Amino acid sequence: MKERILEVRGLNVDYGLGPESVRAVRDVDLTLHRGEVLGLAGESGSGKSTLAYGMTRLLPPPGIVAGGEVIYTLDDGSTVDLLRIRDADLRRLRWSEIAIVFQGAINSLNPVQRISTQLVDVLKAHSARSTPKARQDRARELLGLVGIASDRLHSYPHQLSGGMRQRVMIAMALALEPRVVIMDEPTTALDVVVQRQILRTLVELRERLGFSVVFITHDLSLLVEFSDRIAIMYAGQVVEEATSADLYRTPLHPYSDGLLHSFPALKGPRRELSGIAGSPPDLRSMPGGCPFHPRCGRAMDVCATRTPVLGQSTAGRSVACWLHPVSVG
Amino acid sequence: MRNNPKALTGLVALGVFVLFAVVGPWLAPFDPSTRSNDLLQPPSSAHWFGTTHLGQDIFSQVLVGTRSVIFVGAVAGVVATVLSVLVGVTAGYLSGSAGEGLSALSNVFLVIPALPLIVIITSSLPETSNLTIALVIGLTSWAWNARVLRAQTLSLRRRDYVEAARANGESTWRIILFEILPNLTAVIASGFVGTVLFAVISEITLAFIGVSDAGGWNWGTVLYWAQSQQALTQGAWWWFVPAGLAIALLGTALSLVNFGIDEYVNPRLRTRSSTRGVRMRVGFTPVLAKETS
Amino acid sequence: MSYLLKRIGFYLLTVWAAVTINFFVPRMIPGDPVQALITKQRGQMTSEAVRSLYVLFGLDKDESLASQYFSYLGQLLRGDLGMSFTFFPSPVADVIGDGLPWTVGLVGITTVIGFFLGTAAGAVVGWRRGTWADSLIPVTTFVSSIPYFWLGLVAIALLTGPGSFFPASGAYEIGLVPNWDWQFIGSTVQHGLLPGFTILISSVSGWILSMRNMMVTVSSDDYVTVAHAKGLPERRVMLAYAARNALLPNVSGFALALGFIVGGTLLVEIVFSYPGLGLQLFQAVGAKDYPLLQGIFLIITLSVLLANLLADVAYLALDPRTRREG
Repeated sequence: MKERILEVRGLNVDYGLGPESVRAVRDVDLTLHRGEVLGLAGESGSGKSTLAYGMTRLLPPPGIVAGGEVIYTLDDGSTVDLLRIRDADLRRLRWSEIAIVFQGAINSLNPVQRISTQLVDVLKAHSARSTPKARQDRARELLGLVGIASDRLHSYPHQLSGGMRQRVMIAMALALEPRVVIMDEPTTALDVVVQRQILRTLVELRERLGFSVVFITHDLSLLVEFSDRIAIMYAGQVVEEATSADLYRTPLHPYSDGLLHSFPALKGPRRELSGIAGSPPDLRSMPGGCPFHPRCGRAMDVCATRTPVLGQSTAGRSVACWLHPVSVG
Repeated sequence: MRNNPKALTGLVALGVFVLFAVVGPWLAPFDPSTRSNDLLQPPSSAHWFGTTHLGQDIFSQVLVGTRSVIFVGAVAGVVATVLSVLVGVTAGYLSGSAGEGLSALSNVFLVIPALPLIVIITSSLPETSNLTIALVIGLTSWAWNARVLRAQTLSLRRRDYVEAARANGESTWRIILFEILPNLTAVIASGFVGTVLFAVISEITLAFIGVSDAGGWNWGTVLYWAQSQQALTQGAWWWFVPAGLAIALLGTALSLVNFGIDEYVNPRLRTRSSTRGVRMRVGFTPVLAKETS
Repeated sequence: MSYLLKRIGFYLLTVWAAVTINFFVPRMIPGDPVQALITKQRGQMTSEAVRSLYVLFGLDKDESLASQYFSYLGQLLRGDLGMSFTFFPSPVADVIGDGLPWTVGLVGITTVIGFFLGTAAGAVVGWRRGTWADSLIPVTTFVSSIPYFWLGLVAIALLTGPGSFFPASGAYEIGLVPNWDWQFIGSTVQHGLLPGFTILISSVSGWILSMRNMMVTVSSDDYVTVAHAKGLPERRVMLAYAARNALLPNVSGFALALGFIVGGTLLVEIVFSYPGLGLQLFQAVGAKDYPLLQGIFLIITLSVLLANLLADVAYLALDPRTRREG
């Protein structure tokens, strides 16, 4: 279980270059183990999506990876730094090792090409020796995997419902049996019923195929149910990391606590919904000290002056908060 | 605008042309129509752009002609812009058959080839002055902008604050004037600049085929005489090169201004694509070297 | 299919609008141009020809406006565009019939080639943003601001003259009889090269600019990022994902810009004395040959509408969202 597959070390991601640049992800360390579901939560603008696209080098301009390492462990045990391999090697690794389900499937599918073409594209690019017939069969099989009838294979994206499009994207992500799947708010745009159906499909598929998942969402209660471990992001930094069970029972960071109270729990006892007052800081003018202190109900004097770092707290968990003294190192 | 070098360059160049349009006739060393004995002379210190077959000074012709070009461009631009705002915004704001009708009207004017239409109208007019030419161009070239404005208005109409204003019972005209028009400023400005460019080229083209203000000069009339007096076969390159370059420079200045507006409206076009040796690339985010992290 | 029917309905409306403009415009002409012509031709005109010209100019003072309008429509439907003043006694329809093939050949072919070349180049320039390709932009901006006809003048001055391969005027060598033999075709191609390149250079730059902007816009759409994430080869991402989508607005832009482009290209014919509609338009303006002017306007409008219809069909084939599938 504890075999590392993807390790992010000291990742910094900026928007823009030079004096006008804004740091959207700051010194993030993250480890994904084999077969694990790692949740990444935070409000919009917390940097969780930027982190995901930055570590895969898919962040559109003006995004820039300003430093850090993304170490991926291949099947044979050797490692590569995704940020420093050649474009051709990265292209080969993409989708065959790490696949992504993007936010909003409406825009993820090429509007002018059939579903079949877009599925077959992946198969063709990564296994040139397969026959057209085999590729078609595989595409049909993939649609079956996510519960779409094979007569939809030759449809255009606009002929499918939102839920179906997202299923197609999931099928496409699994096409090459990747070892890591990154999911960026895969169900946000859908209604609750469809959301549940798709999540159920995902859980089943993961159990069957055994891939690791990085699951990004602002809906923490969804994560608690679905993931093994959760990292909470605020203003571009990881402020707390814990197992879902621990985080749900005893969130250490006041921000995690606030997030947990922003959404109704999907099951279990009802909690009181309070939300978090105020809005995330402007990355151009971050407050001094702990970036969360202006919104924090439990802020102390030290919070405004000194920045807490992520470390092991006395409870044996990772948190960056002055309420929980940490042992660094 | 200030941190947009393209737009700034365009505006400065445009300013120079407008300045020449105002003071050109006083600056011109010769009367552009007066004949002299220096027949068909190449450029010299006396005649910077050379002379015509009648000994007229081409530099003075180009300089004096600037006024007519800028005048026709500006008047046609204003006329077409006002029309396009009227038709476009109304068509976008009104739902139902009235809006559809206005939209069809602008589409009709859009697909009818403008230049031949302008030619048949101007050549049927009892007299052609700069003003009538400008009016004909303005009255026939509003359709493109009306179409763009209609689309913009349609999307603005569905915005929350417009819906809210309507729910509050504000009058249609108030909503259009205070909620919609201010948000269309960039689009209207870009349409105006585009129409001025089209009007300038049209006026020059008309003059080149022989439809122009009687007795007046513009860059097109210079080219008309150059063409009809066989300047090319006589090797008199100076007769048509200056006027053509003037058109191209004015056109480039106008296009640059419009690029600036386009980039303002559509941020994706802003070319901060390669700064400090880092090339921005879709699909492969640049990674800075380790030392700078 | 309903999309196409709607477009055809719209084109019919446009034809009607153009015909109506053509009916009213001659009423602004001062004096009686037909009487002037009759005097000049000293009774060589048949009464039928005089009658048709009176209908054309709306000089039938005895009739109501409505009945004038309908006799005008009826005359057009019979293909009678009146009598040309300059090419008297040829009917306008015959004169245009002589010029049209040359214009369709020169302007039609070069406009289509220009669109394809410019779109292809624009796709590459837009895709390679941030490299040397960006330096093409100022050049194309400058070129696209130059009137077509002036570029033609420069081409003639620089490239023609005694001993040059390129002829400065005409569509074929004087003395040759138009027919389908190799000598004539060769001469036609030789004469068409320079005017063709002039139109090509002017029109290509506009398409480069618009396609580049569309590529830049489309490149940041999600499905392009997804295509990269899928690890597809760069060519595949550029062609099947980015360019394929950027092409759509460029095709509808082609249809809309045709009216503008045709106006510019007609002028090139004048510069090169190329015997098409543009040169006839020039001659008609000089001679105040109103029937010919109106006829040319109508035919150009019809051609542009036909080209528009073809562009619609192309769009229909390219964008599955406009197709209604059961």
